[in-house]
Amino acid sequence: MISAVTRDAALAFLLRSLALASAGIICLICLFVARESWLALDSTGTVNPADTVGSVNADGEPFQLSNLVNDDGWNPDGQQFNLLPMIVGSLLATFGSALLAGPLGIGVAVFLNYYAPKKIGWAVRRLVEIMAGVPSVVYGLWGLSVLVPMIASLSPIEQGQSLLAGILILTFMTIPTVVVASDAAIQAVPANQIHAAAALGLGRRATVWSIVLPAARFGLVSAIILQFARAIGETMAVLMVCGNIVKMPNSIFAPIRTLTSNIALEMGYADNHHRSILFLSGLVGLVIVSVLMLAANTFSKTQRLST
Amino acid sequence: MQQKLNTFSGIVFAVYVWTCALAFCAIAGLLLYSVVSAGVTQVNWAFLTQEPIDSGRDGGIAPIILSTVLIIGVCLLATVPLGVGTAIFLADRISGKSKLAIGIRTALDVLGGVPSIIFGLFGNAFFCIALGMGYSILSGGLTLACMVLPIFVRVAESAIRNVAVDHYRAAMALALSKWTTTFRVILPRAIPGLLAALTLGIARALAETAALIFTSGYVTRFPESLNDSGRSLSVHIYDLALNVTGGNDRAFATASVLVILLLLINVVTHFVTRKLLRQS
Amino acid sequence: MIETKQLSVAYAGKSVIRDVSLKVDQGEILAIVGPSGCGKSSFLAAINRLTDLVPGASITGQVLVDCCDIRSTTRTPVELRKCAGMIFQKPNPFEMSIRKNIQLPLREHGVRSKSELDRITEEVLQKVGLWSEVQDRLNQSATQLSGGQQQRLCIARAMALRPQIMLMDEPCSALDPISSSTVEALIESMRGEFTVVIVTHNLAQARRISDRTAVFWLVDGVGQLIAEGETKQVFENPQSEVAAAYFSGLKG
Repeated sequence: MISAVTRDAALAFLLRSLALASAGIICLICLFVARESWLALDSTGTVNPADTVGSVNADGEPFQLSNLVNDDGWNPDGQQFNLLPMIVGSLLATFGSALLAGPLGIGVAVFLNYYAPKKIGWAVRRLVEIMAGVPSVVYGLWGLSVLVPMIASLSPIEQGQSLLAGILILTFMTIPTVVVASDAAIQAVPANQIHAAAALGLGRRATVWSIVLPAARFGLVSAIILQFARAIGETMAVLMVCGNIVKMPNSIFAPIRTLTSNIALEMGYADNHHRSILFLSGLVGLVIVSVLMLAANTFSKTQRLST
Repeated sequence: MQQKLNTFSGIVFAVYVWTCALAFCAIAGLLLYSVVSAGVTQVNWAFLTQEPIDSGRDGGIAPIILSTVLIIGVCLLATVPLGVGTAIFLADRISGKSKLAIGIRTALDVLGGVPSIIFGLFGNAFFCIALGMGYSILSGGLTLACMVLPIFVRVAESAIRNVAVDHYRAAMALALSKWTTTFRVILPRAIPGLLAALTLGIARALAETAALIFTSGYVTRFPESLNDSGRSLSVHIYDLALNVTGGNDRAFATASVLVILLLLINVVTHFVTRKLLRQS
Repeated sequence: MIETKQLSVAYAGKSVIRDVSLKVDQGEILAIVGPSGCGKSSFLAAINRLTDLVPGASITGQVLVDCCDIRSTTRTPVELRKCAGMIFQKPNPFEMSIRKNIQLPLREHGVRSKSELDRITEEVLQKVGLWSEVQDRLNQSATQLSGGQQQRLCIARAMALRPQIMLMDEPCSALDPISSSTVEALIESMRGEFTVVIVTHNLAQARRISDRTAVFWLVDGVGQLIAEGETKQVFENPQSEVAAAYFSGLKG
């Protein structure tokens, strides 16, 4: 018979270990992604060029980090690793979707809290929940077979897979994220402020515009940051609708390839520097998204503390 | 004048807000409708029980369903013990307020934001290569477990925390051990919330594609063991839509199976959480 | 039996009670009265170390239970809490059967034989006057009982561990008047067998059931003991003006 004290000590130890293991996963991820990126990072001049067989680019120079923006293009077989068009593609698609999903999502959240008749509000909330759970590959499939043909009919170059398709599909995907986060921010506005506004005879627009939204501003910023993090990391949907041609886009109808799609497209056969560079772009994405997540957390905490 | 201006701006604002809501509903409705209506007519018993023929252009999705079930099973076997243990630790009224707990919560928050393609990279480097599991259902399931863990812990933690503080104090005042308090008093009451966490985890795992392509692979035949590569429903949709010309119909059929499954899970979760709310 | 010397309790550095020195003798009923927020409940929680559950709670001074400091290493919190049962304001039976509510803690503390468990169950349910009401439905969920029955079940559950002390935190205030008087009668019947410390804001109740009364009051935002003695004395010849004003309903 094990004594209760021993059993409790064992339980405490077990729970602590499990919790630590959970927290350890993110460290493990950083560690392994960084380790696989090391080949690309390490060749920055510190390695003897003679050792870098297979990592010499077309001009016979050893690989340098600056190659990632200076090379003539993206041609892994020819040791050409210019990521710039993909960086630009990722940023354009993400910013574009933030510009659309932000105002739309906040509008829906305001609707849910101040304009929606009870039953409609309930239904829209459920729809938001459902859309948040729709797999990105389904968004991609729908984008590819419904949205892309529609864009093709409008496009001067008669091609639907484009930056525009990417922006729109990212917008649709991330609206639920914005709605959920800004809904929480709006609901966290203290009731006494709203009562005060009502007592002063403010109308619905004035209450929302000059009381609620300012009071919820940190939470709303947090919602936009979350949207941004989600959009920049998204892979499958953009992979399916953007055309994936590595070229600096010259119009909104031009096809693009994002960093994430690049990883998904080429991981299957990449090795050596090529593989390492894919991991490096993943590492950069990981760092960016982590910083964004922490910022979003800080903002939503700031709102909770300030009210 | 001012009055008129107020009325006018009020109307403009209301129109804007309603437009946002309508636009969202229209897109959502269109998407769900076009996916389900394009796919559901092809879904029948044969589709669910046959093997894919001609890269999936014909035949069914039986092995893919099996692989998906196995991947999710592996994922849950890893997530549930790890997640429930972590949630108990974080929800505890003493250890949950420690510096360590705050650190763990932050780590999980960051983990929750990591893009799925990065889980794919990590799973490939860690499970497939470093641990030597290769492209397998095991690698895929464990990669998904890492991904699902944060949301599972968050929901499970609040479920455990919601167990009324009186029960906790009553157990302490009766000098019940931590063990008994946890397993006999708190966890039984948290079960509805833990189920909600579980269904949310399953939904998240079912939806995932990018993390699986380079961990569990995309072989379409029946898996023979957990060490075999296997293709999930979502990977099947991706492959049919992008890599198989003429695969669109079957892609929609598979997508409608997946979407309907997720809708069912959503309804169940909603039902369970409502019941939970009514209880507490 | 219970003695506190210069007991102060603070949560995260903020004092809630300061310098309370109080003695409770074996078998007597002590009522603690005072306005809300003056630290009565914290005083109770300090006695059986339920304050341990509040992060940042600190206790200074001394609490002696059975002549032994509650923080002494020779007695674990578990033994202390077995010896000092606690009843809360809101009845808190576990969501399990009536029988299990009583037997779970018993098993936990080493009672294994089924006949012994059942014997104790019947004994304590008899004591709280619940036996005749529930003997046919011991396997039903305890949450189906009425509020008063739930509270008596909680008292029975605490009694089953054979404590010497009962700490009661406003045990009647969440109950309807009839259940309240049943529970009150039960508490009176505990005189002699248990040492009872009961926090109440019902002055009439304190007068009816207690042997001695202690009055807590907020002084500079911190709870302090301002009067203490035989209940009759305390109410009829208040030692301080504040207490007198409180009893007459002018303050508090």
